[in-house]
Amino acid sequence: MAQMTMIQAITDAMRNELSNDEKVLVYGEDVGKNGGVFRATDGLQKEFGEERVFDTPLAESGIGGLAHGLSLTGYRSVMELQFFGFVFEAFDSVAGQMARLNYRSGGVYNAPVTIRSPFGGGVKTPEMHADSLEGLMAQTPGLKVVIPSNPYDAKGLLISAIRDNDPVVFLEHMKLYRSFREEVPEEEYTVPLGKADIKREGSDISLIAYGAMVQSSLKAAEALEKDGISAEVIDLRTVSPLDIDTIIESVEKTNRAVVIQEAQKQAGVAATIVAEINDRAILKLEAPVGRVTAPDTVFPFAAAEDVWLPNEKDIAAKAKEIIEF
Amino acid sequence: MEKTKELQKVEEQFKTFQILDEKGKVVNKDAVPDLSDEQLKEMMTRMVYTRIWDQRAISLNRQGRLGFYAPVAGQEASMIGSQYALDKKDWILPGYRDVPQIYYHGLPLHQAFLWSRGHFKGGQVPEGVRIMLPQIIIGAQITQTAGVAMGLKKDGEEQIAITYTGDGGASQGDFYEGMNFAGAYNLPAVFVVQNNRFAISVPVEEQSAAKTIAQKAVAAGIHGQQVDGMDILAVYAATKEARDRGLEGNGPTLLELLTYRYGPHTMAGDDPTRYRTSEEDEEWEKKDPLVRFRKFLENKKLWSEEEEEKIVEQAKEDIKAAIKEADGAGKQKVTDLIDITYSDVKPANLEEQRKEYEKKESK
Repeated sequence: MAQMTMIQAITDAMRNELSNDEKVLVYGEDVGKNGGVFRATDGLQKEFGEERVFDTPLAESGIGGLAHGLSLTGYRSVMELQFFGFVFEAFDSVAGQMARLNYRSGGVYNAPVTIRSPFGGGVKTPEMHADSLEGLMAQTPGLKVVIPSNPYDAKGLLISAIRDNDPVVFLEHMKLYRSFREEVPEEEYTVPLGKADIKREGSDISLIAYGAMVQSSLKAAEALEKDGISAEVIDLRTVSPLDIDTIIESVEKTNRAVVIQEAQKQAGVAATIVAEINDRAILKLEAPVGRVTAPDTVFPFAAAEDVWLPNEKDIAAKAKEIIEF
Repeated sequence: MEKTKELQKVEEQFKTFQILDEKGKVVNKDAVPDLSDEQLKEMMTRMVYTRIWDQRAISLNRQGRLGFYAPVAGQEASMIGSQYALDKKDWILPGYRDVPQIYYHGLPLHQAFLWSRGHFKGGQVPEGVRIMLPQIIIGAQITQTAGVAMGLKKDGEEQIAITYTGDGGASQGDFYEGMNFAGAYNLPAVFVVQNNRFAISVPVEEQSAAKTIAQKAVAAGIHGQQVDGMDILAVYAATKEARDRGLEGNGPTLLELLTYRYGPHTMAGDDPTRYRTSEEDEEWEKKDPLVRFRKFLENKKLWSEEEEEKIVEQAKEDIKAAIKEADGAGKQKVTDLIDITYSDVKPANLEEQRKEYEKKESK
């Protein structure tokens, strides 16, 4: 087994699927010769040729339209949006068009498109690069939204996303790209979409997170352990559809929960999870479900991001508050 | 705005291509396409049929039996002439008004009616029929057309993708992005703008400082042509040439077809008297595509009143039968909608919601 960073695992997944299925195409701005601004597609054009891995003109809506049209002719696209803040330019092509293709054609056409895109705070980007916009996507019928938290999952989830016959938004947290390595099998494997993973078992409280907040929650769980609190950490891996069963099973065991997201508080993934827990397990709860989120502003200028972003201390503090309720 | 000589020179290059004048006389002999008498008659048949369909659709809409409908009368030459130049295996990506083209490309009439009604069976395109469903978001189909054309090119198919929008559509960013992508990748695509003078109510002169829409091709580095969209022979010839150009590897083409819609924008309450004068309506009715082509065919002794009457009757019968068939499609259910939201495995939330609606709909 090889030690890989998350970005290497992502490249490996695309290489695997380009080899596996000749209908798979990989494209986007700077994706070809340059190998992507983060080198996610490094070497792929050389290996698979310009017909399969290529640069596009600089127009996100055009890229989305291209993917939609290629779907109609039987191609399976992995399109990159260079930063997810640029999705506003492509919003109609993703949410208005490919997400509705199956519905619009009564199931005759489908859009097997993976929309890969970096996002996430902590790396001091300019505006419109780091925002967590997964809530907008999760509210769109017809889309699936996947956010890996580690290299192993990233490879397995991306392979599943590419093989999925519906459009999948695959969000890659920039801070996780090169922050750590782990063992990733060189051979192919899949991690199923829509299935959460219990990263750490515990009995006193459930910490429910995704993306970079999984690492923060694991650190918080370690700190809580020193105070004699046993925290369970759930990595959602897919935020649409949600793995409600795993969440409820955990909450029924621990009777307490905190939901953590890097995104703003209002109307997001965490809000949905709180509502689902209330619907299904309210009588098992010993305390209200806590939430750790960013405030309801846009992602801030780089100078303020360290304070704006939720961190492990916020998570541990909220967990204690819920325990002591 | 005072335009420089250089700019004026660019804009003046885009002259209207015409073959038949308003009286049905050939004014451009060299450009007359090579079509058999049978083909010429078929084109006229389709225009007559479409005009009757339009009248019936408006009436059905008023009776509450159709749903969404965007009238087509006045635009028959643009629609029928351009579709007639296609091969059955070419792809069409229509706008919401472009239902006649996809009907003649293979979508059954009753499905066109079901689509109008918002029934999912209307969108179930039969296998082998290469069309996208009519697009509601103005211009979204234009970027998609580049994708379809790229797929066709990758597969080595000798086919093109053609898309339709209106003069308003030419203001959208997607219009330029689609043409630019198709140009950058040298794709076999044809972008048709049916310039019917009004984007609902806003006249084309207020949409853009450009003298023509055809000249917008220059910015994308592709071919552009302005065509008399009331002249079916000119539309056919221009589309065929654009198609050939794409297949020969010489890139996409933008066609601006000058036309007019006699009716309202849609049947959902638009009142054209608020933004058009009756003088303008009358001026365009003199250019009518059916009148002009009928005269041309009559001069060639290819057309008679009796023949036309037969087509009118046939159209009425077909529409009656198609409405009956559409009525038999069954009620559109929310459970159907849940089933077609994803193509693969249904997410658990939808499984759960399906059960709720099964109960609600069985009551």
